[in-house]
Amino acid sequence: MAGYRTPLGHARGLGSAKHGVGHFIGQRVSAFALLGLTIWGAWSAVSVVAGGYVGARFWLASPINAALITLLVVTGFYHARLGMQVVVEDYIERKFTRTVLLILNTFVAAGGAMLAAVCLLKVAFGGGAL
Amino acid sequence: MVQLTLPKNSKVGKGRHYPAPAGAKNVKTFRVYRWDPEGEGNPAWDSYDLDVDAVGPMVLDALIHIKNHVDSTLAFRRSCREGVCGSCAMNIGGRNTLACTHGWAEVPGKDVQISPLPHLPVVKDLVADLTLFYAQYASIEPWLHTTTPQPQGEWLQSEEDRAKLDGLYECILCACCSTSCPSYWWNGEKYLGPATLLQARRWLVDSRDEATGERLDALEDPFKLYRCHTIMNCAQVCPKGLNPAEAIAEVKAMLVERVV
Repeated sequence: MAGYRTPLGHARGLGSAKHGVGHFIGQRVSAFALLGLTIWGAWSAVSVVAGGYVGARFWLASPINAALITLLVVTGFYHARLGMQVVVEDYIERKFTRTVLLILNTFVAAGGAMLAAVCLLKVAFGGGAL
Repeated sequence: MVQLTLPKNSKVGKGRHYPAPAGAKNVKTFRVYRWDPEGEGNPAWDSYDLDVDAVGPMVLDALIHIKNHVDSTLAFRRSCREGVCGSCAMNIGGRNTLACTHGWAEVPGKDVQISPLPHLPVVKDLVADLTLFYAQYASIEPWLHTTTPQPQGEWLQSEEDRAKLDGLYECILCACCSTSCPSYWWNGEKYLGPATLLQARRWLVDSRDEATGERLDALEDPFKLYRCHTIMNCAQVCPKGLNPAEAIAEVKAMLVERVV
């Protein structure tokens, strides 16, 4: 605690950000959703393998399957983004590095989720190469 | 950035060795962290071979024995010697605890290693600087907040509401929990730490307090509160057997209850 700032002033810092509960709820709700979605995804992957590419396309043409698999990847990226944010906040102290990494984290998660969703839906709508 | 190794000037070297007195039959070695702010050297481990037949059962007894009979330059805090004041909190055998209530015979391993509470600036030897820790405690305003005019008598509280303070009011602010928490090590300047958050819960749950909303506002912060990742070191080391992690979880639950 360098300088002449009082210890209480130092402890109070910039005050409360008045957010955090949204992140807390989001992390737990997405974890809960992923629990069911991942089990369903693993079970689906195993059952789809036997049918080959054509079988998989046929499987993905079902609106329920297409919706659930898209939900799985989007929720996965969302959950990963929240988790990585915590890791960066925990371990990266330098403000500039921290800010850059937090922005990068959001871009990678949003980009990854978008790309995966577009690819899945494209195949689901019959746009993929046969 | 997290530091996994000590900086050069904090590396602990080998210190002096104090042999046991002649004729000692039951000898135990106490390795004690030594650092003098007026000296120029790095910290060092001094080792004291004590005749434990002449020493009381607690680690604090051994430290007092060293100070009285072997090396009067050793600095440490102590006051009540019965686990009430929290002054003699230190790291004993790799675990934060109170020297006065921890028996040296309970420490695993051959020697008893004693160092100051981790991740705090050292004032001298086993005395750590708790300035920020106390300021963080003060920042949660640990007193009753009311707007309703003072009653003629005391603020009344039912037995059930009073019981909600059990497991919270007993905290002696020894800082064992906060300084055992990795989140507090990495972000101690912004994260309030388990001791302060347990105290925050103590005022949040007090039926007589009228500032619950303001208190929650002040805590809802990614660093002040949400650095707690339920690592549970706090609950493991608390010499009073309290569970700060549970208290923090209850604060988080209150914040969820407010928006759901």
